[in-house]
Amino acid sequence: MEQTKLAMLTEKAREIRIGAIEAVYSASSGHPGGSLSISDILAYLYFAEMNVDPADPKKADRDRFVLSKGHTAPALYATLAANGYFDKSNLKTLRQVDSFLQGHPDMKHTPGVDMSSGSLGLGISAAAGMALSAKISGDAYRVYTIVGDGESEEGQVWEAAMFSAHYKLDNLCAFIDWNGLQIDGKVTDVMNPTPLDEKFKAFGWNVVVIDAHDFDQIEAACEAARACKGKPTAVICKSVKGKGVSFMENQVGWHGKAPNKEQYETAIAELSASV
Amino acid sequence: MADKIATREAYGNALAELGEKYDIVVLDADLAEATKTLTFKKKFPDRFFDCGIAEGNMMGVAAGIAATGKTVFASSFAMFAAGRAFEQVRNVIGYPHLNVKIGATHAGISVGEDGATHQCNEDIALMRTIPGMTIINPADGTEARAAVEAAINHDGPVYMRFGRYAVPYLYGDDYQFELGKGITLAEGNDVTIVATGLMVHIALEAKELLAKEGISAEVINIHTIKPIDTELLAKSASKTGAVVTAEEHNIVGGLGGAVCEALASVCPVPVLRVGVEDVYGRSGKVPALLEAYGLTAENIAAKAKAAIALKK
Repeated sequence: MEQTKLAMLTEKAREIRIGAIEAVYSASSGHPGGSLSISDILAYLYFAEMNVDPADPKKADRDRFVLSKGHTAPALYATLAANGYFDKSNLKTLRQVDSFLQGHPDMKHTPGVDMSSGSLGLGISAAAGMALSAKISGDAYRVYTIVGDGESEEGQVWEAAMFSAHYKLDNLCAFIDWNGLQIDGKVTDVMNPTPLDEKFKAFGWNVVVIDAHDFDQIEAACEAARACKGKPTAVICKSVKGKGVSFMENQVGWHGKAPNKEQYETAIAELSASV
Repeated sequence: MADKIATREAYGNALAELGEKYDIVVLDADLAEATKTLTFKKKFPDRFFDCGIAEGNMMGVAAGIAATGKTVFASSFAMFAAGRAFEQVRNVIGYPHLNVKIGATHAGISVGEDGATHQCNEDIALMRTIPGMTIINPADGTEARAAVEAAINHDGPVYMRFGRYAVPYLYGDDYQFELGKGITLAEGNDVTIVATGLMVHIALEAKELLAKEGISAEVINIHTIKPIDTELLAKSASKTGAVVTAEEHNIVGGLGGAVCEALASVCPVPVLRVGVEDVYGRSGKVPALLEAYGLTAENIAAKAKAAIALKK
């Protein structure tokens, strides 16, 4: 990847992480851990991959994005704000009673949100429906979704996986955020869904395994997904929950908890300093 | 035209007919033969997609298709469309108010021999709790066809309830369907019988039984259970002073519940409910089941007299 592109994406990912932490801190609730683990993927999708236009959020030929792991909405909102869908100042209204930034994504009220999501397992089905719809009408747009590793314990994820392979939805790309932690502990201890790569392969998907924090690998995965014909692509993303904030990294306790003032200041300082 | 048709069959025919006029997509979950979406599939194979036995995913897929601007029908048995997939319907269809039209067949105990696991007497109650959900329970083949077109032209999610068992035609080709408007089929002064779906023609029989005893019953067909026609109900109830509801559904939360809720605030009168009395169904021939669960003209007539006796 070119250095300028890499620098731009690094800066956008930093902006997304800071925005997500500010939002969760302002709300005194929300999900920072999983927001930080998907920030680089979101930065790549919205600033290097997807055909989207913040000035025309509903343009018909746009690529679609569904945050199947909808609880990490702070990262999505920060991404949309960074992209210009709405002013960044709105991030501080997250989860407030009059805010259009709901605890989980709401397509009716948030510019740029293509599907309401958050009840786990539903988003990937909706993404499959969007991809099928494009096939039905011969539209060229692509559909992207991010599914949680814990979310893959939901049976519906595998119903959707079967469906997407059956209808050869090669315009669908699902990122599986393999950060290894869910509310009750390690994913492999709570209910082991591994091997996810082999499972998706067995379900008929094209599978790529990457480091979720390496833009070159994210780029290669997106290119592989676009090049693959006749199969949907699953990108298994080895990520770090809480990535970029030292005391949050790989700590299950930061799944769904807001930082206090001191923690918030430390987090912002670390994210601002990190290169 | 045959004198009877199951509303599920009218549904399949309507999809195939209206597929010419409207660019609809139809999904099913391995029940196309039974829900009659097969009729559409044969004519428009490129717009029909079988989702296999995975109703939850089907509802999510339907939501995704609708989110891209298409109108989509999703079909299964009522038990699985409203029951199994309740949460999917609520969260990705109801909450974003998408143009998904749920065609739920095999509703109620008239499923017959398959028994309790497949006899859904709870679907209306479940769907009523979803904000913005429109619920239509047609009484005959003509109304079923009209309901499908009304659903296509309605902006937002619609739950349509169809039966497996053939019911007589009540309406001719001149029938005009108006979403949300009840239909007074017979005028009367002593009691109002509010019926829906398969129970409408049975309610008309009950009216005849009552007439023999000198009791004048008004009969209203409520095809749209949500939003319910409170104005018509209140007008009739204020005239007759007593109401009986009749539905092939649990008396909890269905038409009976909806009518009680509607009248309680605008025209409180005694309301007695005919329906499945908060129990499970069982296997049997349909006429025997209707008899066993009190879904008969005789029971409606008896309840009508009891309601009249409760008048102040």
